[in-house]
Amino acid sequence: MKNEIITITSKYQDDRHRLMDILIDIHDLYGYVSEADIELLSERLGMSEVEINETITFYHFFSRTPRGQFNIFLNNSITACMRGHDLVKKALEEACGTTFGSVSQDGMFGLYSTSCIGMNDQGPSAIINDKVFTNLTTYRVMKLVADLKSGKSPDEAIYESTGDGNNSDPYVRAMVFNNIRKRMVILDKDHIKFEVVRSLLKGHSPEEIIDIVENSNLRGRGGAGFPTGLKWHFGRRVESEHRVIICNADEGEPGTFKDRVLLTEFPDLVFEGMVIAAYATGADIGLVYLRYEYRYLYKFLNHILDKMRKEGLLGKNIAGIKEFNFDIRIQLGAGAYVCGEESALIESLEGKRGEPRDKPPFPVEKGYLNYPTIVNNVETLATTVRIVKNGADWFKGFGTKDSLGTKLLSVSGDCKFPGIYEVEWGTSIREVIEMSGADDVQAVQVGGPSGVMISVKDIDDLGTTELMKWYKPSGMMVAQKTFDRKLSYSDLPTGGSIMIFNNKRDLLKEVVMNFMDFFIEESCGSCSTCRNLPFIMKQKLQKILDGHGVRKDIDDLLSWGKIIKISRCGLGQTSANPIVSSILNFRYLYEQHVKAMADFDNVFDLEKSVEAANSFVGRKANFHHA
Amino acid sequence: MNKKIIATTSLAGCFGCHMSFLDIDERIFDLIELVEFNKSPIDDIKKFTKQVDIGIIEGGCCNSENIEILKAFRENCNILVSLGECAIMGGLPALRNGISIEECLEEAYIGGPTVQENTNKILPNDDELPMLLDKVYPCHEIVKIDYFLPGCAPRADLIWDALIALVTGNEMELPYEVVKFD
Amino acid sequence: MNTTIKFKIDGREIIAEKGQTIVEAAKANGVYIPTLCNFEGLPPKGCCRMCTIRISNRYMTSCTTPVAEGMEVESDIPEITDFRKGIVELLFVSGNHFCPACEKSGNCELQALAYRFKMMVPRFPFLFPQKGIDATNPKIIKEQNRCILCKRCIKGIKDDEGRSYFAYKNRGNKLEVVLDEKMGKEITDALARKAMDNCPVGSIIYKELGYYQPIGKRKYDKKPIGSEIEI
Repeated sequence: MKNEIITITSKYQDDRHRLMDILIDIHDLYGYVSEADIELLSERLGMSEVEINETITFYHFFSRTPRGQFNIFLNNSITACMRGHDLVKKALEEACGTTFGSVSQDGMFGLYSTSCIGMNDQGPSAIINDKVFTNLTTYRVMKLVADLKSGKSPDEAIYESTGDGNNSDPYVRAMVFNNIRKRMVILDKDHIKFEVVRSLLKGHSPEEIIDIVENSNLRGRGGAGFPTGLKWHFGRRVESEHRVIICNADEGEPGTFKDRVLLTEFPDLVFEGMVIAAYATGADIGLVYLRYEYRYLYKFLNHILDKMRKEGLLGKNIAGIKEFNFDIRIQLGAGAYVCGEESALIESLEGKRGEPRDKPPFPVEKGYLNYPTIVNNVETLATTVRIVKNGADWFKGFGTKDSLGTKLLSVSGDCKFPGIYEVEWGTSIREVIEMSGADDVQAVQVGGPSGVMISVKDIDDLGTTELMKWYKPSGMMVAQKTFDRKLSYSDLPTGGSIMIFNNKRDLLKEVVMNFMDFFIEESCGSCSTCRNLPFIMKQKLQKILDGHGVRKDIDDLLSWGKIIKISRCGLGQTSANPIVSSILNFRYLYEQHVKAMADFDNVFDLEKSVEAANSFVGRKANFHHA
Repeated sequence: MNKKIIATTSLAGCFGCHMSFLDIDERIFDLIELVEFNKSPIDDIKKFTKQVDIGIIEGGCCNSENIEILKAFRENCNILVSLGECAIMGGLPALRNGISIEECLEEAYIGGPTVQENTNKILPNDDELPMLLDKVYPCHEIVKIDYFLPGCAPRADLIWDALIALVTGNEMELPYEVVKFD
Repeated sequence: MNTTIKFKIDGREIIAEKGQTIVEAAKANGVYIPTLCNFEGLPPKGCCRMCTIRISNRYMTSCTTPVAEGMEVESDIPEITDFRKGIVELLFVSGNHFCPACEKSGNCELQALAYRFKMMVPRFPFLFPQKGIDATNPKIIKEQNRCILCKRCIKGIKDDEGRSYFAYKNRGNKLEVVLDEKMGKEITDALARKAMDNCPVGSIIYKELGYYQPIGKRKYDKKPIGSEIEI
């Protein structure tokens, strides 16, 4: 065992910055990291044992205790819950003979819940030993578990067909479907692979490439919307021995899965985008931070990179351009939503817990290993290829004045055709609803849980309400009367997550509670605010839903929600949004639950609070002391 | 001017807050000019005999009796004041929060190192005894509390100033030295 | 090259050196900005958010933000004071802070901030989380009930090779700071005492060294935290 660990650390030159890879390799071998492993790692990497433990215990897919032979990570996204997650969960527990959060007695099955795995259009879905199983039902679960028990591997247990397109590639073989519903320019099938790198780059200086991207006004597609050209410009400006391009493939915002489809069908486009970015900024190090949930694409993507190296599209003097040296390595994450934040992602790349950094300095100044680092979203990189090929003016022909180009939407929830839609910016919510075949729609969540819910009543004074200044939306829940609002940076900005809820859904009990659980689970815990407040606020919401709420509870939630805005990163700052925005805009839902006349309710139940003592001393309490 | 009526009680407390109350020394003569005591250990009146203006609560709630008394105070007092750490946050009795009732009683009466001569493993279990709650509760998580005076025990000056402010209706100053948690 | 920078905190002119953080500059100019996770000599990491200030309507932590010419910092305004008080209250309810029984009482920075902000009762419900006490180390008691996860021990208590004696464990509201068992066994007296002094609260206690100062003589008995800075 000792030798095996040493082999692993040697493979990474005993470099502590490669701790993520080392731990993943150890998990592949043993399924968890033991005390003895940590001791050995501590020696080899020159870190204290608690420091190594710090990284392990941060990530959802790492474990300090033995896991099962088969580890089933069932996704608990809201859309999965709307499609029978609870039944599937129960069936899994029954079939595997254990409860969630534990391993069956025979050591065969470990059951775990996990946040969005990027399969919202085909949930409930689960990851079993890195393989994805979609559209689960109780029947499929029974069959699946029976197969595994009979000695089949998860790969063999994919008894139904593998998915469309590259999902059936021998390097992928996944039961995943692309569900591409609408293609425009990014998802255009007829493009010539690597055309830009092969023939166009040579004719342009790096500055000219940046100019083209800047002129196109392309903004980051991950959700924050930072101008891409400017980011490249900043990254190039800083003097440094090395420069780094990172492709952020940690698509973790619940409800988004467009990057998964891009990586499946257009990996060449994404990598080409990275090469262009490297050329433009003078970067020599390329990293793809691939979320662990997409590990089933790992081999496939590496295969593409190998091909690129062979064709001279990576490595030295790329495409015959002298001194243009750049290569790409794929780094797997290990299950942490917050790593989608660029500085947390960089920390994770350096083998640490994914805790966002304080800014300034920004990654473009000091990023990965302190080198200037440009972090771009998968879709952003793919888009730059189209822009450089066709020019900024061409790109400006799509979208609206303030939001140019097209956007990939990940549509899920209560609709007939969940999947990927490439639309022009400026498309209205109503159009998205129509495209996706949804009816009886109550609300549409734009931009994931960190979004804001907006309803009919408050829409008029949206800009003027004092409170609204606190809740700068990164996304929104839109109600029926306002479905004509448009997706754009000035109206409804979004990273592309669109979740549709029909009138049968209980927005508070189902949706808001699910979103709050998500934020509680995914907080890194560094800030005093985001570590504690979402939990406390969820408790208060529960109190209200249980019928013990008073009006003051609603006001408390609003005022507490302000405090969270001083958290360090976007995850923290938006972690009260599900509650706060739903109060601001769906207040009537809360009013229905609270007691209108009472000014105090303690929830306290005397009978219940003496139950334990009653049963231990063996009598019933007498209440007559006052 | 009518005298304000005051009631006090010690729930799951140590009477330290009451002791501190008495630490106002000779000012107690001034106080008697201003207020009349009703239910309180200070004058040993056991039951409320009239509506009270100010109820002062020492101690948190660790058993069913505490809850009943506290509720009676809320019903009979116009203003309730949580006095001291135990009333405000459970205080030292709340160190048991998170430990099961079984373990607490077992440790106290059966298996603990200071237990002597309980060979029959008897737990105090007279019908008259109040029942322990699952945890120790701060008073304001049971009933609405209007004011809070921290300290263990709260400084006599803090109690005095607060009482005078409540009786006279004047604003109260909070000098740095009187607001302490220990 | 002129390295002097002028800017304003709540309208008051501050003269600073380039490269200073706002907290440092404020302190040098007699302005107190409350801090908790910040510790002189250690790299800042805005964990506690206590030193939050507002610059052009953006919230920043003043322990991590460098001074810049002409910036207008808002610090002592009702909104921000309420946030800071809210943080103190959050830290109180999310741990088990029994001040009357704590060795650090009177010298505790969290308690001192609560005094400064006149916290009579936290606005949040007490969570009474179940947390343990690690007393296995021969010199140090790690009292998890009182830990506010400020990282000061993690950043400050290291061996000659730069390895930390303390580190985080888990994430979110399950986050803890733990002491390395093996390294902890070898910790020197001096370092163990440093760890205790480094801790703003009573979470790291040097064994057999508690309650050594009488009430009235402790750091924050008579004067509020920050009064040593304020002019």
